[in-house]
Amino acid sequence: MKPVRRLEPAVILAVMGRELANFRTFWKSTAFTSTFEPVVYLFAFGLGLGSTLVTTVDGVDYVQFVGTGLVATAVVFSSALPAMFGTFVKERFQRTYDAILAAPVDVEELVTAEMLWIGLRSAVFGCFPLIVTMFFGLEPELTMLLVPVFAFVTALAFAAFGMTMAATVSKIDQFNYVTTLVITPLFLVAGTFFPIDQLPEGFQVAAQFNPLYQLVELVRGASFGLEAVDALRFAGLLVLAAVMWRVAINRLEKRLII
Amino acid sequence: MPAIDIHGLTKSFGSIKAVDGLDLVVGEGLCLGLLGPNGAGKSTTMKMLTGQAIPDGGSLHVLGFELPREAKKAKARMGVVPQLDNLDIDVTVEENLAVFARLYRVQDVGAAVDRALGIARLTDRRKDAVDRLSGGMRRRLLLARGLIHDPKLLLLDEPTVGLDPQIRTELWTLIDNLRSGGTTILMSTHYIEEAERLADEVAVMAEGRVIARAKPSELIAEHVGVSSAEVYGPPERLAEVRAAAEEAGLRVRAAGPAIAIVGAEQAEPGLIPEDAVHRAASLEDVFVLMTGEDAE
Ligand SMILES: Nc1ncnc2c1ncn2[C@@H]1O[C@H](COP(=O)(O)OP(=O)(O)OP(=O)(O)O)[C@@H](O)[C@H]1O
Ligand SMILES: [Mg+2]
Repeated sequence: MKPVRRLEPAVILAVMGRELANFRTFWKSTAFTSTFEPVVYLFAFGLGLGSTLVTTVDGVDYVQFVGTGLVATAVVFSSALPAMFGTFVKERFQRTYDAILAAPVDVEELVTAEMLWIGLRSAVFGCFPLIVTMFFGLEPELTMLLVPVFAFVTALAFAAFGMTMAATVSKIDQFNYVTTLVITPLFLVAGTFFPIDQLPEGFQVAAQFNPLYQLVELVRGASFGLEAVDALRFAGLLVLAAVMWRVAINRLEKRLII
Repeated sequence: MPAIDIHGLTKSFGSIKAVDGLDLVVGEGLCLGLLGPNGAGKSTTMKMLTGQAIPDGGSLHVLGFELPREAKKAKARMGVVPQLDNLDIDVTVEENLAVFARLYRVQDVGAAVDRALGIARLTDRRKDAVDRLSGGMRRRLLLARGLIHDPKLLLLDEPTVGLDPQIRTELWTLIDNLRSGGTTILMSTHYIEEAERLADEVAVMAEGRVIARAKPSELIAEHVGVSSAEVYGPPERLAEVRAAAEEAGLRVRAAGPAIAIVGAEQAEPGLIPEDAVHRAASLEDVFVLMTGEDAE
C-alpha cells in the first residue's frame, strides 16, 4: 500500500487556520503591544541616551541604531515566548493538540504549521519597530523589504526552540530558567542597544553564534547597506531554523505520542 | 470487514500494564459499550485506536487500516469525542466546527458546519463564542465536532462523565440517533445505565482486557440470573444475611449502604428476609460481581 504523504499542505493550512481563528479574538492587544513597546524603547534608549550620552554609532544616528536593532527584540518576544507558553498551554491545559491529533494530522504537520504561523506573525510584528523608527527619521530603503524575510526565518528557529522547551519542561514555572538563561542573554548581547565591538573579545566571538545578533546585523544591512557577509548570516539562520524544526518535531512526538 | 479488529494488544507505562492482551472485534454498524472501572485501560485503548498511543504488541486494524502505520487514513474516516472538553473557547461555535471540517479536508465546509449545527441543535448559537454556551451545549458541540466529516466510526470516551442527568439524557438521545443511523460506535463508559441504554453489546473490561462480552440481557441472564434482592439494615445484620446467602451458594455484592443477593429467584423460601427489595437483575450486578468495583 502506498504510504500516506506526510506534510500535506492542506493539513498545515488547516492547523494554521485554527491559529488564525483564535488570533482574531486577541489581535488588538497584540498589535497594540507590538507598536507600543518599540516606541517606549525608542524614547527610553534612543531619545534618552541619544540626546545625552551618545549621538551616533558607526555614523548612524543612535535612535535609528536602536530602532533597527529592536526588530530582533520584537521577533524573539513574538516567537520564542508565545511558542513556549502557547504550546505548553495547548498541550497541557486546553488539550488542543489532543483534539488536533485525533484528526488526520501528524505531529510533523502540527509542529510545522505552528512554526509557520508564529513565523508569519513575527515577520509582521518585526516590521513594527522599523516603521516606528521611520517616524524618527529612518530613511525607507528598497532592501528593507527583506526585513520580514529575515524576521520570518529567525522566528521559525525561535518558535521551534520554544516548542522544544515546552515539550521538555514538566512545569510551566521552569520557563523562568529558559527566559533567564537563554532568551535574556541572547537579547542583551545582540547589539541592539550598543555595538558589540565594544565588548571583550570573548563576547564578540560568542555573539557570532547568537541568531539575534545575526538578525540585528541583517536588519541594519537592509537599512544602511547590505554586505556580502550578510548572505552568510542569512544562510546560518536558515540552517538553524531547519535544525530546530527537526528537533522540535522529535521532542513533540515524544511528548504527544505515548 | 469489522470496523475495529484488535488482537493481543498490549501497552505498558513503566510497570503498569494498562492494556494487557486485549482482543476486541467490533462489527460494522454495532454500538459497543466498553464498560470498565477506573484504570481498566479504556482511554489507553482509545488512544491506540487514533494512533496517539503506540502499542507494545499485538495487532490493531481500524476500518481495514493497520495501525499505527496507517493511522492517518483511519483517522480520516473516524470521529473522536474525547473524555475532556478541548474546544477553542474564545472562538465561535461555527468556527470551531469549520476548523475541524478543514482538518478533515471536508469538501464543502459550509454545508458540513450547517449539518453539524443541526445535529447539535446549535444553529441559533452559531455566532456565539464557546465560553458563552452552557455545559450541555458544549458537550453537544464536542459531539458535533466529532461528526463534522460524517465518519463511519465514532469513538466516544466517557461521553457523559461528570455531567448532570439532564445533559446526559440529551446526549444519549443524540448518540441513540447516530446508532439508529448506522454509525459504528465504540463507547467507553463506567456508567452502567449508559451502556444498558445505548449499547447493542457490552464488553466488560478489567485490568487491560475484556473479561465478558455479550448483549446486556445475555450478560445478565448468564452471569446473574433473573432477580436480585436488596437488603438494608445495620452492618451486623447485613453480615448475617450475607453469610446465610453465601452458605446457600448465592452470590452477594455490596450495593452502596445495602447488599444485593444476586440470583434471588433460586433462593430457598425463608432465606431472603421479608423486608428485602426485589428487583430485576441488572447489568450493574454483572459489572460489580465481575470487576469487584462499586458501580456508579
Ligand atoms: N500517559 C500515561 N502515563 C502513565 N500511566 C498511564 C498513562 N495513561 C494511562 N496510564 C495508566 O494506565 C492505566 C489505564 O489507564 P486508562 O486511562 O486507560 O484507564 P481508563 O479505563 O480510561 O480509566 P478511567 O475510567 O479512569 O478513565 C492506569 O493505571 C493509568 O494510570
Ligand atoms: Mg478514561
